Amino acid sequence: MALASAAIAFAVREWSGPLAILALVVATASIARLGRPLLKFALATIPLVASILLVNTFLFPGATDVLVRIGPFAATGTGLIAAFQATLRVVAFALSVAVFSLTTPTDDLLSDLERRGLGRRAIFIIGSAIGTIPRMVERAAEIIDAQRARGLDTEGSPSRRARGLVPLAGPMISGALSEVEERSMALEARGFSAPARRTTLRLLPDSPTQRAARWLIVLATIVLVAASLTGLVRLP
Amino acid sequence: MSLALTEVGYRYAGATATALEGVSLRVEPGQVIGVVGPNDAGKSTLCLVSAGLAPGSIGGRLEGSVLLDGTETRELKPYEAAQRCGILFQNPATQQSGTASTVFEEIAFGPRNLGLALAEVVERVEEALAVLGISGLIARDPHRLSGGEAQLVALASVIAMRPGALVLDEPTSQLDPAGTRLVGDAIAHLATTLGTAILIVEHKTSLLARLAQEVVVLDAGRIVARGAAATVLDAPDLAAHGVRAPEAVSIRRALELSGLGDRVAAADLEVLGA
Repeated sequence: MALASAAIAFAVREWSGPLAILALVVATASIARLGRPLLKFALATIPLVASILLVNTFLFPGATDVLVRIGPFAATGTGLIAAFQATLRVVAFALSVAVFSLTTPTDDLLSDLERRGLGRRAIFIIGSAIGTIPRMVERAAEIIDAQRARGLDTEGSPSRRARGLVPLAGPMISGALSEVEERSMALEARGFSAPARRTTLRLLPDSPTQRAARWLIVLATIVLVAASLTGLVRLP
Repeated sequence: MSLALTEVGYRYAGATATALEGVSLRVEPGQVIGVVGPNDAGKSTLCLVSAGLAPGSIGGRLEGSVLLDGTETRELKPYEAAQRCGILFQNPATQQSGTASTVFEEIAFGPRNLGLALAEVVERVEEALAVLGISGLIARDPHRLSGGEAQLVALASVIAMRPGALVLDEPTSQLDPAGTRLVGDAIAHLATTLGTAILIVEHKTSLLARLAQEVVVLDAGRIVARGAAATVLDAPDLAAHGVRAPEAVSIRRALELSGLGDRVAAADLEVLGA
């Protein structure tokens, strides 16, 4: 459903696609009581949204319907409409992915992918990449504390903060690399290269109705996107 | 399950010098053999060779014979060797799968890789936890454990592969005294209760004095001394090989030098771990 939402948000032309997906996302989030966490995701898109609005409004190629001039730049009506449409698509896409990540535990996702035959190496890479992020953050905090204890100034102006990243990067990278060999041997020592199909720990409920609904969503998405892209159906 | 090395030599891929040369030793079921030596003596290499990871997993050139219950490690794939000989490294963090959100899943990682039936996976995990006395950790996040607990979980993960032999590469080097005691007790329990053959590299000679029946001293890739733990760890030339004697031995020597040796009963020194 998340993939279908993302595809529709991006591929269906005009306003109806992204607006419908945004409404669906907001409705799903409110039913799942995820309004507050979803708001955080929405706020995180502000820098991207701002840049899309500015670039499209002032630099839309070929637009001549000038609304206002600011120095050498001219905001155009065509650009403004394109900017709002692009913004709507990006926000609908980002929030549909956000709702997916907020409503689907990583373990459940990986278990189900594994049950469906995704290889153990792919599962391991996805799982460890997701699991590594919070540990990297913790490790970075430890290194920064250690560097501060030795007099490194990481507060203040942006340039000073940027300089503080240099002594952080070295230990982070060297530490990660030094662990790779031991980590890979530890995996071998736990049968990671065994040829057998990996045992699935949990089976997620998946009723015939759910399966049918999933296929219906996939088919409807394909039809909708194809009709919109080919111009067979004119959506508002 | 026994572990037997005969005239073993090993050279890492791309290296000109040998890391091990003419090493022979045998660990019988239920026996604990300790390995001590200075840095770069080849102790970690000995662990990798014994567990079949060198050259099976990391390459290099192996000479001599390494037998796990009578089978050459050269003939075993890494996952086959893992079911005969488990290996525990120094750092519990690098041994975690990184994909498990509970201790149960962490320990189940190995048995699941073997494709065992779910019931057997569960049985192995519960047994490994019970053997080490850490069943209470089953639902905990493996990344939020103390050092001693994390190392015990790493040990349980290895035990869940049901190897008959275990190779432990400085398993307590990153642990505090409480964690060291926890892991030490677990190792003793594995040898005495399950009859596991254990080869343990350890700088903490007091721990070896408590656990090992025999100790070998490795220096520059060769065995330079071997014998009963009490004898080797009490040898006057141990320091010449970069190894500190157990605290109890050091205290006894200091007392003897000060003329107080005969006033301290042997039993008092045993309390200190000699």
